[in-house]
Amino acid sequence: MSFTDLTILFGEVNDLNAGIEKYVPNIFFMAYGVSLFIFYRYRIESAQGGNFVDLLWKIFVTGLLTTVVSLVLKSMDYLMGNTSLMENSIMIDFLFHVHLGLLVAFLISTYVVWKRLILYQKSKLLLGIWTIFEYLLFGSLVGMFFPTNITGYLIYPLVIIAIFLSANMKWVAYLNFKQKWKSILLLVLTLLYLVYFYINLSEMRGAYEYLTVALDSVFISALFIFTSIYAAFSLLVILFNLPTSSVFEQKLEEVVNFQRLSQSIQTEQSATQVYEILLESSVRAGKADAAWIEAIVDGKEIIFRHSIEKETIFNIKNFIKSQKENNLFDFDNVDKGVRPGKHLKKLKGNVFNSIVALPIEISGERVGMIVLLQELKEGFNKEAVDITKTFVNQAGISIEGFKMMSEAIENERYKEELHIAKKVQSKLLPAILDANDDFEIAAFSEAADEVGGDYYDSFKINEDKIALIIGDVSGKGTSAAFHMSQMKGIFHGLAQLDLPPEDFLIKANRAINTSLDKTSFVTISYFIIDRTKKKVSFARAGHCPTLYFTKGENQAAYFTNKGLGLGIVRDDSYAKYVQSRDFHYQSGDILVLYTDGITEASNFKAEEFGYDRLANIINENAGLDATDLQKKIISDLYEFCGQSELDDDYTTVIVKFK
Amino acid sequence: MVQIDTIKENDITTLSINGEVDASSSIQLDESLGAVVSNGDQKILVGCEGLNYISSAGLGVFMSYIEDINAKNLKMALYGLNDKVMNVFEILGLDQLLTIVKTKEEALSRVNEV
Repeated sequence: MSFTDLTILFGEVNDLNAGIEKYVPNIFFMAYGVSLFIFYRYRIESAQGGNFVDLLWKIFVTGLLTTVVSLVLKSMDYLMGNTSLMENSIMIDFLFHVHLGLLVAFLISTYVVWKRLILYQKSKLLLGIWTIFEYLLFGSLVGMFFPTNITGYLIYPLVIIAIFLSANMKWVAYLNFKQKWKSILLLVLTLLYLVYFYINLSEMRGAYEYLTVALDSVFISALFIFTSIYAAFSLLVILFNLPTSSVFEQKLEEVVNFQRLSQSIQTEQSATQVYEILLESSVRAGKADAAWIEAIVDGKEIIFRHSIEKETIFNIKNFIKSQKENNLFDFDNVDKGVRPGKHLKKLKGNVFNSIVALPIEISGERVGMIVLLQELKEGFNKEAVDITKTFVNQAGISIEGFKMMSEAIENERYKEELHIAKKVQSKLLPAILDANDDFEIAAFSEAADEVGGDYYDSFKINEDKIALIIGDVSGKGTSAAFHMSQMKGIFHGLAQLDLPPEDFLIKANRAINTSLDKTSFVTISYFIIDRTKKKVSFARAGHCPTLYFTKGENQAAYFTNKGLGLGIVRDDSYAKYVQSRDFHYQSGDILVLYTDGITEASNFKAEEFGYDRLANIINENAGLDATDLQKKIISDLYEFCGQSELDDDYTTVIVKFK
Repeated sequence: MVQIDTIKENDITTLSINGEVDASSSIQLDESLGAVVSNGDQKILVGCEGLNYISSAGLGVFMSYIEDINAKNLKMALYGLNDKVMNVFEILGLDQLLTIVKTKEEALSRVNEV
């Protein structure tokens, strides 16, 4: 060991120089003290964590080594007691200093450990006092260069501070029962070493009067007093703490269990696991002999048991229910609180004499209860019930947090799905509509929800004919969106057959019938624009009447041909409810298609946008091209509605003939 | 918000609808109408004098009972619709499938037709 080497080195050097210069040994002594201090500081402070017994063990080992070396030297002294070598005063001086060196090594190692223990839970004040103590101690070491009567006064503040510091024993509270016993043993041995060194060195000095160096120094005295006081205090404190240590251990366990319950939120444990932790923690905290939890997990009632059979639970519950008139604990009304079941002993074959039940609540709603049982009479004190209550509350919070988190994740997922649906649906509406030299076309569509039920599309039947459709699925949102995409399929399938509009509706009705539920329907208007004949033929299946502006008359009007929505009549009789119509177009005429979201849009006065407003926009802006006209309609619509939100899907398609 | 009252006088059942039938209140209309139809009441009058608005969901309710009414050979007539509500029925084409008249007397005579 390096410190023993150092001791010997010091001894030798000290010896060689003895009597030459008075201050030289002091310098060596100081260098020795400082280097030891640095060495132990490094060694002990690098030790991991807060294992106090390990720290005490380090002192014990150092103490053992130093005492053994010291004893070996003493026995040599004894054996060679009569030889002339031992008569030599230089030899005696040397041996004395070796003993002293060993003591200093032991004291400094102990000092460093004590520092660690005292500053385990530090405050500013404590740290300040400790710094003063260390400076004074260093001062006393430096003071060896001066006459002792000046530095001698340092001993008083040092001792006072040492006593004050010795009151810091917080580490003791963290020892468990076993560790306390170990610590007591180690501290007793530490004190024994100190006593041994004290007696040994006093003896030597007593025998050889001229040994004056160092032992009287304030440094060693202060260090000796400090280490002794702290060791003695610690020993006493641990001794007095022994009987209560089980309580502290339990409190610590409760804190740990509490933490486990709270952390179960972050670790995404399921409700079942939270209940298991709750049961286990409550049994330990309440010192229960048996317990069970009844709770509803994912809609099913689950019973968690601890040291109790299902049958026993059943018997106890039945017994308590049958005793209701005796004002016993009411299982159906746990919310009222806790009542120890004094009469439980009446139940045959029952070993339990105390019972406590607490409701488990999640966001104020009762989801179950925990029941603790004990064989002793009045076995649950207020403490036990309170801590169990705390556990139950924490478990409730954990489960609630868990639930909320899964709901949030679920919601997020739905949002994401809807977002995808919106993206898919936006692809179902054409970005560019078919047109030819005879007309220009513009369209606009907006859904109230992420996805909607409005539909428009075009199809080039051949070089001269273009089919155009506008539609509205009853209802809104996802189901409407599904039917809308179905309608697109039907349109693209049937349009290429170049059917007359009436036949198109009849076939479309048959196609979509099967997939619509009883209360759903689809309204459409179907147009075929034929540029060779400059003719539009169209039919209406329950859709809003088409608005048509005739340049010649400079007037817009709604077509009034009969029609019936798709899916309303599901047999062949549908044909008699629809009729085709056609008209010839001229340059400047405007065909306005729209859904009822536009005409039925209302403002804050509950007025509807209506047919007249729509027609007037066209009349007043007939000179605009299709795109501008579409923009005008939408901006007028927004202006009319003001701040009130549009609660329907709305779509418009404008065809302007050239 | 909608208020639907069912009154039975002799062999005639009258449903009077007051308020607005939108997506949520259409459920109430469905329940009332469903009860009358499944009850097998032969003559049904639907009073729409107090009906201010009907959405496509409300139209869907009427539409869904057309088949049942025809199959059971029940007589149903709607009366007292204001212009706006009437227009909604007409656009969809339901006026072709349902008996819709102006007054209660007309409605009575229609359901009493043999």
